[in-house]
Amino acid sequence: MPASIVELREVRKTYQMGLVIVHALRGISFEILAGDYVSIMGPSGCGKSTLLNLLGCLDRPSSGHYLLGSEDVSQLEDDALSAVRGSRLGFIFQSYNLIQQLTVIENIEVPLYYQGWPEAESRDKARELATRVGLADRLEHKPYELSGGQQQRVAIARALVNDPLILLADEPTGNLDSAAGFEILKIFAELNAQGKTLIMVTHDPNVARHSSRSIRLRDGEVESDLKHGK
Amino acid sequence: MIASPALPAVASPGGANLLDTFAPARLRRTLRLALKSLWLHRLRSLLTVLGIVFGVCSVIAMLAIGEGASYEAQEQIKNLGSQNVILRSVKPPDEQKVSDRANQSFVLQYGLTYTDIKRIRSTIPGVTIVVPSRIMHDYVWNISRRVDCDITGTVPWYPEMRNHHVAIGRFFNEADMASSASVCVLGAEMVDTLFPLDSPLGRDVRIGGGYYRVIGVMEPRSKVPKTDESQAGIQTAAHQMFIPLDTAKTRYGEVLTKQRSGSFEAERVQLHEVTVKVATREQVVAVADAIKAVLSHHHKKKDYDVVVPLELLKRAERTKQIFNIVLGSIAAISLLVGGIGIMNIMLATVTERTREIGIRRALGAKRRDIVTQFLVEAVLLSGAGGLCGVALGIAIPMLVTTFAGMKTIITLWSPLIAFSISALVGVLFGLYPAMRAAEMDPVEALRHE
Repeated sequence: MPASIVELREVRKTYQMGLVIVHALRGISFEILAGDYVSIMGPSGCGKSTLLNLLGCLDRPSSGHYLLGSEDVSQLEDDALSAVRGSRLGFIFQSYNLIQQLTVIENIEVPLYYQGWPEAESRDKARELATRVGLADRLEHKPYELSGGQQQRVAIARALVNDPLILLADEPTGNLDSAAGFEILKIFAELNAQGKTLIMVTHDPNVARHSSRSIRLRDGEVESDLKHGK
Repeated sequence: MIASPALPAVASPGGANLLDTFAPARLRRTLRLALKSLWLHRLRSLLTVLGIVFGVCSVIAMLAIGEGASYEAQEQIKNLGSQNVILRSVKPPDEQKVSDRANQSFVLQYGLTYTDIKRIRSTIPGVTIVVPSRIMHDYVWNISRRVDCDITGTVPWYPEMRNHHVAIGRFFNEADMASSASVCVLGAEMVDTLFPLDSPLGRDVRIGGGYYRVIGVMEPRSKVPKTDESQAGIQTAAHQMFIPLDTAKTRYGEVLTKQRSGSFEAERVQLHEVTVKVATREQVVAVADAIKAVLSHHHKKKDYDVVVPLELLKRAERTKQIFNIVLGSIAAISLLVGGIGIMNIMLATVTERTREIGIRRALGAKRRDIVTQFLVEAVLLSGAGGLCGVALGIAIPMLVTTFAGMKTIITLWSPLIAFSISALVGVLFGLYPAMRAAEMDPVEALRHE
């Protein structure tokens, strides 16, 4: 039995918007095992983004517990959360979110910079990952010189550079045409086959089909949790 | 069956990381990153820096020019002797009109007399030495070379009193004085004109019909701008030559005639200038007041002038102080303006790069990493501005010295202080934008367009 890598227990998140209290998540509990490829689905406003922010340690739940690995990260201090993000999580965004003034290789190095890696080692590691996503010949290019699909591959390399426990992807194919999107999903499948745990938020059932498990949210609660037969 | 991956240790959020932030390797990368971001907005960075550049440069340049000017003035006043009181004969203005209208035989009589000296010496305590002198204006000749010159007839102790010493040869002595010897000491500035090829010592110069043997040459005196001269009451002629007072008396008599636009003008002046040396510095002002009282009692008209170099010196020092205060305020204001410019730009930069801040936070940057990043940019801006300002501030006084011939003095501390203040401005005004950047919620920052 693979170890559980993410465990949510009765996680709630409420926002105060003016006078109204919004319940974004109303008690969510699930477990994700090492090597899972999970897609989180649901209509807009169902709490997908909130859940992803919590899973990504960008935000803290109002109540409940979030165990990442074996550590409860639900009420950590800001600096500790930064450290968790930097060492255990990899982010892939819909709009790539590369830093425009940095080159491809420098973008890939950013997480290592904050982990305090020495320059030479971090450069080697970044080069290795750029090669892995097929961008070895684009190292000194700026993000705006690349196509959307290439930019997203840089983002994947950046997310992998710190050997994270889980990869978090927010609509990774949302800004791409179907061919480029398919490329990205192929890389995800390879990574999963190598044992990476992936969590992907999407609204597209065709994209979700590539995952091995789909968690469907509705109004801040888990509506369904299905395992796909491959 | 997939093994659970080993958990990487979460870096401790303790103080050890703060040291990491300023480790040389890390700092170098932070600097490079900041340079890159600034380079991305070259024009904006340049314009921001200009405020600091001009602030720093104007402070240094103005200080250097002010320092130079006041040094010259003070040096000039010191040359008069801080223990001296200088009395001068002045042509009374109302009699000048009379002489203009009067017939040629009218002889204008005014000024200080030998009796005045006797009175001062006998009635005022604290007066040690008195140097009387007569000043005649005439041409000095060496065969066919001519110099327009003030000829000062004075006493042997003049050089010591006026702090103006002989460079080569000697000054005339008591014996020359007693025998009314025809000897002279030339001013340094006229030597090149009169004797361009060889040493003037032992040669003769001609004044009118008389010849004088050159026995010495004075040290050169620094040139002074006209305004300072009139303020300090220093002789205006470029060339000066000294002969014994008794020689002057016998050769010239007491009536001097000047030819002026066809008419002759004659005046009888016993002494043109008297330098009184006071025993101690503390007594100078009191003695000067006493001298004024004595003179005003015996001169019906104000045909004399009393110059107290010590007072002039004090006034010059006070002027310099005021100048420094004014400069300091201008410096403070211009650096403040420069600092506000930096803050303004940094705030704009932070807003513009909100998304970048969000990305960095998501990738593991701590708040203090963000603070460092933006603070380093601000300090780089102000530091670069400070450096350029120092370079310009040193160059401008040099140009002024080269082209305007004004003396400038760059004190060591003025560039140091100006530069450190500019760097401090960067820290102070960069801190608030940097804090704002760090306080942003990563979720909000990532959502920012």
